[in-house]
Amino acid sequence: MLQTSVDNVREKAVKAKNKKLSHLFVHLFLILLAIICIVPFYIMIIYGTHTNADIASEFIFLPGQALLENYQSMRENMNIWRGFLNSLIIAGCSTALTLYFGALNAYGFAKYKFKGNKLLFWFVLATMMVPQQLGLVGTFRIMYILNLLDTYAALILPAAANAFAVFFVKQFIDGTIPDEIIESARVDGASEFKTFNKIILPMLAPALAALGIFAFIGSWNNFIGPLVLLFTNDKYPLPLLVQLLQGYYGTNYGVQYLGVALSVLPIIIVFAIFSKRIIGSVAIGAVKG
Amino acid sequence: MFSKSIRKDHYGYLFIAPFFLIFFIFGLYPIVYSLYLSFTDWDGFGQPVLVGFQNYQRIIGDFFFYKSLFNTLLIWGASVIPQLTISLILAVILHEKFVKGKSFFRAVFFFPNIVTAASLGLLVGLIFSWQTGSFNQFLMSIGIISDPINWADKPNFMRGLVSSILFWQYFGYSMIIYIAGLQGISKDILEAAEIDGASKVKVFFNITLPLLRPIILFQVVTSIIGGMQIFDQPYTLTDGSGNPDNATLTSVMYLYDTAFTRYQYGYGSAIAFGLFIVIVIFSIISFTTMNLKTKQGKA
Repeated sequence: MLQTSVDNVREKAVKAKNKKLSHLFVHLFLILLAIICIVPFYIMIIYGTHTNADIASEFIFLPGQALLENYQSMRENMNIWRGFLNSLIIAGCSTALTLYFGALNAYGFAKYKFKGNKLLFWFVLATMMVPQQLGLVGTFRIMYILNLLDTYAALILPAAANAFAVFFVKQFIDGTIPDEIIESARVDGASEFKTFNKIILPMLAPALAALGIFAFIGSWNNFIGPLVLLFTNDKYPLPLLVQLLQGYYGTNYGVQYLGVALSVLPIIIVFAIFSKRIIGSVAIGAVKG
Repeated sequence: MFSKSIRKDHYGYLFIAPFFLIFFIFGLYPIVYSLYLSFTDWDGFGQPVLVGFQNYQRIIGDFFFYKSLFNTLLIWGASVIPQLTISLILAVILHEKFVKGKSFFRAVFFFPNIVTAASLGLLVGLIFSWQTGSFNQFLMSIGIISDPINWADKPNFMRGLVSSILFWQYFGYSMIIYIAGLQGISKDILEAAEIDGASKVKVFFNITLPLLRPIILFQVVTSIIGGMQIFDQPYTLTDGSGNPDNATLTSVMYLYDTAFTRYQYGYGSAIAFGLFIVIVIFSIISFTTMNLKTKQGKA
């Protein structure tokens, strides 16, 4: 009797020890992965502060003193702040169009029972399955016809037809906006568009905030679009400018590292502030999608 | 009577009209026009000349089309399989109560996903460059190698490097999606299983995995569509060349190259549609196999 209870206690102790050990391994695994995620960015920042001679000689893990020097040589050929501005304009306007027209369309599908509603909505959903690259050459052609080649508009206007946005907002409207609100607005004599703009749109704010993050990141990171549609360096968004670094500074590695670092740092800062919100919106999008 | 008079259903058309207008101009027209161009020979200047199925016949005998497709599949497979498995394991781990610093790990793992792929490609290229790359220098400083290795010379290594970038960029993203799925699973079921004495591994394979199947299917299908479009990372990593020996030339890089640097718009369009057919086939295959499994699971 006594013996078995001692065994029991022992067994429990061993189990607890194993549990602790496995918890330790789990944490070690997570930390290792986290290091792998961070190291390249750390190297990028450190190497951006060194001269080419330093970089060529040995492995470096501490900051150097050539930050200003590298920055000045980068400024000779490249206006990275202009790239920022371009990226902000393109991504900002694209996001605004995606949100407004996505919401408008979603509202139309959610609250008006017109003929062909279901069919047209399925059509919108189906367009999500079509890869963008399919129409790459045709896009180039239509932009040429409309005289939009080498303009921001070529990258911004298509954002007004974002099928995912429609789907995402419609789910939200279906779940949260009752018909009574619209009906009472009608009784009060508001026009349909006024109802949408003044009453519905503000109510959609939570969904639009989540969607906006998606749309903005997607547009900010777009690479092949501007590569095909823009030709003037002054109009290039950041990803294209960064890609030009190789051509301008083939053997000046410090400058290249610094250029990459400057293109990534704002994202690091924004992410550090909004990470919960960003991750949250990805999660919402996934569950609904 | 009253409720009927305040319904204004025809307004719906006005609300959806802008979307469809923009979609027809910038979404549908380019695709239809590309389809038309794929039956023509066009250098971008004169008039497109109809050539029938000539471009598609050319694809069938085009070594580079197959090579780029092969590269894309290899790079995609080598990134997506570890991506979807490790992220699932991570999601399950980070869903556990005992793990400390959950939100920190989620944020750090997710972070590479929002960094511009072009910047990542260039950064990795710098780190792995021959004479001055920090990777070689690190290996030399800890004495693993005595001379720098020219990684850019090794086709399979470079393919692996592109896969690694993709893995690194997307494992956090799929992890978040799995976590969202896990949060949708009712805690009661898991607790009941635990009380019944089921081990964690058993719970994972018998409860979590089957319930996550729709999410897994979603991930597989979106990753096929995304995987076939791999472009930014290999393009910036190799300065647009797809070297060494075209080992990192992906299908979209080949499409871009054909149309926009060699001005063969007709053939480029045909490549796009060839690629699309491949995507559709793979999507159907993955969809039916996943569906079959679901049915077997239920039976």
